[in-house]
Amino acid sequence: MSAIEIARDVRAGSRSARDVVEEHLATIAGREAELHAFNLVLADSALAQADEVDRRVAAGEDPGPLAGVPVALKDNLCTRGVPTTCSSRMLEGWRPPYDATVVTRLREAGAVVVGKTNMDEFAMGSSTENSAFGPTRNPHDTSRVPGGSSGGSAAAVAAGFAALALGSDTGGSIRQPAALCGVVGVKPTYGLVSRYGLVAFASSLDQIGPLAGSVADAALALEVIAGHDRADSTSIPHAAPTLSGLLERGVDGLRIGVVRELVEGIDPDVGTRLSKAAAALEAAGAKVDEASVPAVTVGLSAYYVLATAEASSNLARYDGVRYGLRVDGDDVGAMYGATRAAGFGAEVKRRIMLGTYALSAGYYDAYYGQAQRVRTLILADFEAAYGSYDLLLAPTAPTTAFALGAKTADPLAMYLSDVCTIPSNMAGHPAISVPYGRGDDGLPVGVQLLAPALGEATMFRAAAALERSLVP
Amino acid sequence: MTTVTTTSWEMVVGLEVHCELATATKLFCSCRNAFGDEPNTNVCPVCLGLPGSLPVVNRHAVELAMRVGLALHCSVEPSIFHRKNYFYPDMPKDYQVSQYDEPLNVGGWLDLPDGSRVGVTRAHMEEDTGKTTHVGGGGGRIHGADHSLVDYNRAGVPLVEIVSEPDIRSAEAAKAYVNELRAILVAIGASDARMEEGSLRIDANISLRPAGTDALGTRAEIKNLNSVRSLGRALEYEVRRQTLRLEAGEVVVQETRHWNEDEGRTSSMRSKEEAYDYRYFPEPDLVPLAPSEEWLAGVRAGLPVLPADRRVALGGAAGVPATDASVATVVQQGLDGLVAAAIEAGADGRLALNRAANELAHRTAPDVAAFTQVLRMEGDGRLTATQAKAVLAELVASGGDPEAIAAAKGYEALEGDVVAAAVDAAIAGNPGEWERYAGGEAKLAGFFVGKVMAATKGKADGKAVTALLRERLGAS
Amino acid sequence: MSLISRDDVAHVARLARLGVTEEELDRFAEQLAAVLEHAADLATLDTAGVPPTAHPFSLVNVLRDDVVGRSLDRDEVLAMAPAVEDGRFRVPRILGDAP
Repeated sequence: MSAIEIARDVRAGSRSARDVVEEHLATIAGREAELHAFNLVLADSALAQADEVDRRVAAGEDPGPLAGVPVALKDNLCTRGVPTTCSSRMLEGWRPPYDATVVTRLREAGAVVVGKTNMDEFAMGSSTENSAFGPTRNPHDTSRVPGGSSGGSAAAVAAGFAALALGSDTGGSIRQPAALCGVVGVKPTYGLVSRYGLVAFASSLDQIGPLAGSVADAALALEVIAGHDRADSTSIPHAAPTLSGLLERGVDGLRIGVVRELVEGIDPDVGTRLSKAAAALEAAGAKVDEASVPAVTVGLSAYYVLATAEASSNLARYDGVRYGLRVDGDDVGAMYGATRAAGFGAEVKRRIMLGTYALSAGYYDAYYGQAQRVRTLILADFEAAYGSYDLLLAPTAPTTAFALGAKTADPLAMYLSDVCTIPSNMAGHPAISVPYGRGDDGLPVGVQLLAPALGEATMFRAAAALERSLVP
Repeated sequence: MTTVTTTSWEMVVGLEVHCELATATKLFCSCRNAFGDEPNTNVCPVCLGLPGSLPVVNRHAVELAMRVGLALHCSVEPSIFHRKNYFYPDMPKDYQVSQYDEPLNVGGWLDLPDGSRVGVTRAHMEEDTGKTTHVGGGGGRIHGADHSLVDYNRAGVPLVEIVSEPDIRSAEAAKAYVNELRAILVAIGASDARMEEGSLRIDANISLRPAGTDALGTRAEIKNLNSVRSLGRALEYEVRRQTLRLEAGEVVVQETRHWNEDEGRTSSMRSKEEAYDYRYFPEPDLVPLAPSEEWLAGVRAGLPVLPADRRVALGGAAGVPATDASVATVVQQGLDGLVAAAIEAGADGRLALNRAANELAHRTAPDVAAFTQVLRMEGDGRLTATQAKAVLAELVASGGDPEAIAAAKGYEALEGDVVAAAVDAAIAGNPGEWERYAGGEAKLAGFFVGKVMAATKGKADGKAVTALLRERLGAS
Repeated sequence: MSLISRDDVAHVARLARLGVTEEELDRFAEQLAAVLEHAADLATLDTAGVPPTAHPFSLVNVLRDDVVGRSLDRDEVLAMAPAVEDGRFRVPRILGDAP
């Protein structure tokens, strides 16, 4: 059942929230051991939340637009009193004393949190294999990765564990797993959704966004979590966009450009589905052409410098002093070294070192400074492209889901899976991955729509049209 | 053989002063900004740097920081925050949010009471750290401690760091600079600037160079200066230390040194192989500050009269240079309003300044009318200097009316002939001493003044008596 | 850009307070060198005259009122701590002053 349907039925009283949640908990019980989508399933509190929703409905109070909808939260979103581990030994068992803003908004909307999902440690990875607690498996083929870093959230939605999930996207970490798992994943405009309570990876790139089984569900979720938050200085002073009512508008007259630079070198499976998507949009009334955004080719390197630089600073606080893991030492310095050696996995260490290097004396301008300038170039190229197009079309990931262990030996190979998604993070622009059929290998393929800043309405319109074109 | 002359060395000092801003809440969160509360009771996810927390800038802190900049004649610029990355237990995030190469205030100065000017390079905003206490070493010192305890109440308190140009040339000037800065900070309400509470902290940079040269020598940074007096002592020690080294042909090492108040010397802190790499980069969780013209104008308009301006005004009113020591004292004591009003009411400027500086400092001031009255009585000759000081002392201690106080003390104006009669009586009654005085023992004037004072119960004016004695001398 | 050497890795590991083993030093040096080599395209790009973008969009003056709000309960705060003494966070001895 979709989130929209659940909410409608629960609000109408034709189904109890408890019923809905019990059903989802049963689904979880059936497959979670196999998939490991969750770090923590919150069965008891979910049922308690469901009962509260039912009480409100019975009392004639408004239970909210997401009444009774089971939601899974990526484990880097702070949930008060509930462990928030970022899939890291460093924060194993750590219970935040506060809720992330998006969590508060979901609760107020009547959503029921069924669990905290597995992820790549501190959101660093593209396969969820960097989790300290074991990988998540792709529900479509359990020998394969679900993508990352929001692999657990994507798997949870794909497997029917939750109707909605929240993930975080810094270089594609919502969209890429969404594509690999065959669900919808949205990275909103930077600043549209509050980052307060999202454990930071790269502050100028991170965004929280929804994963869902349909474009309409994702739109509803975004409406609930988006909008200005005073606790986040980088939050845009706008209310949440109105999206739900616009989804049927279609793409008549929209100009859509297929980003040439991102089509090069992708899997034939992916390429085929992308072409079909382009054709479908054209058939639906859009004008589809080839577009060029040259700077995206340098985007990957610039991203890895910027993101790791910010991350190296954001992760400095994990030092064993105030919370989380502590490995004792003779002196504070020894404690720092031992705690961080034990608490972080290899990928996190690599990125911290890369970021530290990029910021260090003598290298700042060549790396960090240069990356910031590349960001300007990317923005300029996008601006030029949006002079001719309303939306851009691209693959979400260069391949379908790869096998567990296929890329773990080569960090660089793993980084290259982000090439299609990174430009939107660098520009702060919204992007959505829409599942668009399967490759010849039977695995899901996602296609990506990119929009200019605050272009969510147009983006969702086109995404809905794309989704409709898939109905057999 | 030629004599080797030692070089005359000039000391070059720059001061870095951190002051805590007097806001109700911290710089980036709404925890209370308070001194002395129970440890870790004024903390929240933001100032503890908990995962997921984000900073939001306190408007009033920016306002106060702008006031500091404007009071120091700085240019207030659009600015951004930077992260200064380093690890230390009092740092919740293991980076400090500060300002680096785009600070709020640049290029200012302040004038010392003696009229000399010290440049201010910059005055930027940053957050304070928590406080560590060390357990197990001697006297709470870090050296030899077994473990340490951290209180984050202070973490996130807004600071302004004021960096002076290396324009200071003496320990006295350094102390004067700090005192003047303190007076300004308090006058504008930016900080209570109390070193003993840590709301004002000083680090000094000092180097020597041959007098008359321009190039800067290698400097040492001095930390752990807990009072203005320590600052003076530490600088004087450093001058001696660096002079010894330079005259022995050795180099001064660029390093940080720790002032030890008890031992009266600086010592080298644990040496670092290279300058610390803070890896500054723009704080991505914050957006730039660009105060509007309106805001700036409002802050400027709201500035009170500053100490330097008050000195100029007072000097002008009293008809003395603004750099006069008594002017500085009177302003520093907050008595300039009183003195100016007395002058306005007809009192003599110099007299008013002197009496205020010497008799009223550190005490409760009398009201304008009373103060003016005493000055008038002294000016008219109805009170001697000694008597005037005594009346002021009484006024300050218990208030009252100057005329009544003078009368109660028996200070009546003595008729000139009463004094003359007393002088003659003293001369007549002490012929031996008079002969010796007339013979040239001028010191004996004091003997006769004493006799006259005794006879008139202290009411005679010493100066008048001395004048009369000389007169009698001339006559004999 | 040149390869990142073992010494470079040791240096950044020290800066980042990451205890690394000898074996890790070698492995990381190799992996990071590969990444940096790939990032060489960044260094060669001509960006003369291009200003940096710190933020994807420009907000300024985001400020809040100077009004006291709720702080955390101290027990809650200290409950998270690995070691506590006297209402404060306890750490092993500190060998140097703050830089």
